[in-house]
Amino acid sequence: MKRPAKNFQWKHFANYIVISVLLIFFAVSSMTGNLRSSGQYLLEKIGYSMILAVSLSMLVGFLGELSLGHAGFMCVGAYIGGKTAALLVPALGNGLPAFLIAMAAGGISAAVCGVIVGLPALRLKGDYLAIVTLAFGEIVRSLFLNSSPESFGGSLGLTTPRYDRNSLFIIAFVVVLLTLAAIQNLLRSRHGRAITAIRDSEIAARATGINVTRYKLMVFAMSAFFAGIAGVLYSYANQTVQSSKFGFNYSIEILVMVVLGGMGSINGSLIAAALITYLNVKLTKVLTGDLAVLQNLVYAVILIVIVIYGNAPFLAPLREKLDLGALLRRLTRRNADPAYRRDDEKSWARVPTKIKMDELLSIDTRPEDNRAVRLNGDKPGKGD
Amino acid sequence: MAEYVLETRGLGIRFGGLKAASDVNIRIRKNQIYGLIGPNGAGKTTIFNMVTGVYTPTEGEILLDGVRINGLPQEKINHMGIARTFQNIRLFNNMTVVRNVMVGLHNDPRYRSGFFTSVFRLPKHFRVEEEMRSEAKKLLELFGLLEVRNELASNLPYGKQRKLEIARALATKPRLLLLDEPAAGMNPQETEELMDTIRKVRDKFDMTVLLIEHDMSLVSGICDSVTVLNFGTMLAQGDVETALSDPEVIRAYLGDDN
Amino acid sequence: MEMISTFLNGLSLGGVYAMIALGYTMVYGIAKMLNFAHGDIIMVGGYTILVFMNAAGNPILATALAVVFCVALGAAVERLAYKPLRGASPLAVLITAIGVSYLLQSLAQILFGSAAKMVSLPNLGAFPFAGIRVQGYTLLTLALSVAVMAALTAFIKFTKVGKAMLAVSEDRGAAQLMGINVNAIITLTFVIGSALAAIAGLCILMKAPSISSTFGSMPGIKAFTAAVIGGIGSIPGAMLGGILLGVVESFCNKVSAIAPYTDAIEFGILIVILLIRPTGFLGKKRREKV
Repeated sequence: MKRPAKNFQWKHFANYIVISVLLIFFAVSSMTGNLRSSGQYLLEKIGYSMILAVSLSMLVGFLGELSLGHAGFMCVGAYIGGKTAALLVPALGNGLPAFLIAMAAGGISAAVCGVIVGLPALRLKGDYLAIVTLAFGEIVRSLFLNSSPESFGGSLGLTTPRYDRNSLFIIAFVVVLLTLAAIQNLLRSRHGRAITAIRDSEIAARATGINVTRYKLMVFAMSAFFAGIAGVLYSYANQTVQSSKFGFNYSIEILVMVVLGGMGSINGSLIAAALITYLNVKLTKVLTGDLAVLQNLVYAVILIVIVIYGNAPFLAPLREKLDLGALLRRLTRRNADPAYRRDDEKSWARVPTKIKMDELLSIDTRPEDNRAVRLNGDKPGKGD
Repeated sequence: MAEYVLETRGLGIRFGGLKAASDVNIRIRKNQIYGLIGPNGAGKTTIFNMVTGVYTPTEGEILLDGVRINGLPQEKINHMGIARTFQNIRLFNNMTVVRNVMVGLHNDPRYRSGFFTSVFRLPKHFRVEEEMRSEAKKLLELFGLLEVRNELASNLPYGKQRKLEIARALATKPRLLLLDEPAAGMNPQETEELMDTIRKVRDKFDMTVLLIEHDMSLVSGICDSVTVLNFGTMLAQGDVETALSDPEVIRAYLGDDN
Repeated sequence: MEMISTFLNGLSLGGVYAMIALGYTMVYGIAKMLNFAHGDIIMVGGYTILVFMNAAGNPILATALAVVFCVALGAAVERLAYKPLRGASPLAVLITAIGVSYLLQSLAQILFGSAAKMVSLPNLGAFPFAGIRVQGYTLLTLALSVAVMAALTAFIKFTKVGKAMLAVSEDRGAAQLMGINVNAIITLTFVIGSALAAIAGLCILMKAPSISSTFGSMPGIKAFTAAVIGGIGSIPGAMLGGILLGVVESFCNKVSAIAPYTDAIEFGILIVILLIRPTGFLGKKRREKV
């Protein structure tokens, strides 16, 4: 039997290594007292943002289904996990056991919601599905908002236990690593191939015997599971869970991370998540009062400019000329998609780095390119 | 074993008020190469879509080796032994050539491995991946695609994309292969090559082939029998020569004036 | 009696939803895109009314100016943000629209602050009707929405431009070959939608005269729901869906036990309808080519 060592390539593990090194660095500075609690809080925030971004990336970038309700899954995780923790801490103490059980509870309940939202995904595509996910997010929020004060705190929010701040950010990053491993391992396997096949052409995937139903539900469940996990981390980091936090705008913020990171790129999502979260926190300090909105304005402009620049058909020549991305991609993206891994390392020159957006929402936009070519042989019977 | 690999009995479908096909009876014996021809819009692809489960027929029956398959989901029909290609090629464009074929091998019982095998990287994962890859390479070699296995499917030239689609379909180990206009857009030399490939596939894989084609040189070159369709109904059936000399068929193709 | 007034309120709310939903549905039908920023056009209309009410105090003038301003904005957004992406993927366009929505909201917040502002519109009083008293704004909203819908239907049915719009929504390529200026038609669609949004903004303000930067979000999402329920791309569908949703909302709000869940119920209806009949009540089914 062949052992895995033969295919071992460092670049497949670069993201784990970078994250681990950073984690060790911050852990050491925290222990030596060089990391203030605001820094620890920022790291916790970056941690759960990364989990959110990676989990959404799997859904949008690899399965090709748009979700506008990812914050809804997070909300379920935050409430259920937070409540579980609040109930367990008096009995088990505020330690790892309670934390792990809360994680499981939050993740699994979110995964169940993921399956429920995934069911419409079997019948609906694109815009319609986006609306269902949006509606789901709003429903979840409204249910928790109107819960009784004894159950989930209602409009006042749920008070949840807080973990020791000196170790929570470390735990958060360990969870990031585990999430990354799970999602990346799945995507770099026969299952990941089936998932990307569905993205590229659902019709062909079915005809090739892929059980589309099963994989869609699997990805929805898994994506929601990790969003739920992120929610539990959120509840631990913030001590209070309020449904108003998990609105549509938050879902969009996560989507922005995925889009900025490059669709179909796990590492891109990680970097974008860290960057946006960092900027959010830093800018909030600089921009106070009504100026705080300036930040949203800038995101909005960046989002519009990036999408137009990256997709406008008439800018295609310009894009080819100014292919600055090529370098960046080589650094960040080529590990991301199992579809791009080559078994015999040749050249990376022509590996595309992001999936074409056209193939995400539209059912199959591949032009019927044989039409033009076929014209001469088109009227076959004549003369035969 | 039933007498026919594929048999349709009074097969028909209507979309709302529109009858796209009706009373289609096709019988294909093992190892036959069977042609489905007719003018544009005659309902040929619709029949493919019914046989592969994309559409559920509203009338009649489809039997695969004597087993009724109408209305089954597409992937189930594929598992039962029907694979197809598409008129407008549908490859997994953002995946490499070898991966396209590996998707085809997905349901091979030898390569079954579960969710947790992959997520936890159990030894089986590595073995399965290794074996799938080598089998995929063997298939690609047969189609002369081994050299380009690491190219993206969308970067292949047209003729090779067609071949890749056939290779992917074969990877699912079908009993019956459906080819939808395999020679579309090919020059005479490529068509010649394709005919060769199709024969090779039949012999090597012990395959039965049903194909839609406009190129009469291909049809008369390799088909054992044909069914001619027009407006969703059968005009003629039998060996190529007889079917094409049928006056109904000539009228359908050339119009009434001739 | 209570029932009748709830029903009337529902109808007028439904009229507002229908006007907004028309904007969504026309843009979806003709430009094949989901204009997420549509709700924020309502907000811009509301702020315009606020500004001109403070400056001139004439509600009719303020509304007229709001319509003009929203029309200009709608056309500008279409030209600057969406037109460059024509032919690009739906997802790219959708994300851009989300960006535009963000942009408009944050601009409004910068210009007007994050606190809600009150708009002083004249009180229309209440009128006796079938034994109950009906608020003036309810009647005005009803009248406006009926007038707008009738005008729009007539426009589409009887004018050349209206027919051109139908043609473009049916088959853009073929319409172009027939000599229809598709770009102009698409811009016109945004213009009409934005004008309707401005009027809807007035109606919402008459009922609850307070405005902030997220003023248009909820009505926007609700109206989109209405458009989908009615069958997106279908003009009568948008009207039907809007009115249904308005009546449902009005009745839900009347029952105190379920009132807090009104939004959840409406979105629940949306999901159920999409599952049972993804094309809504009056939408056309599009068969996928294989």
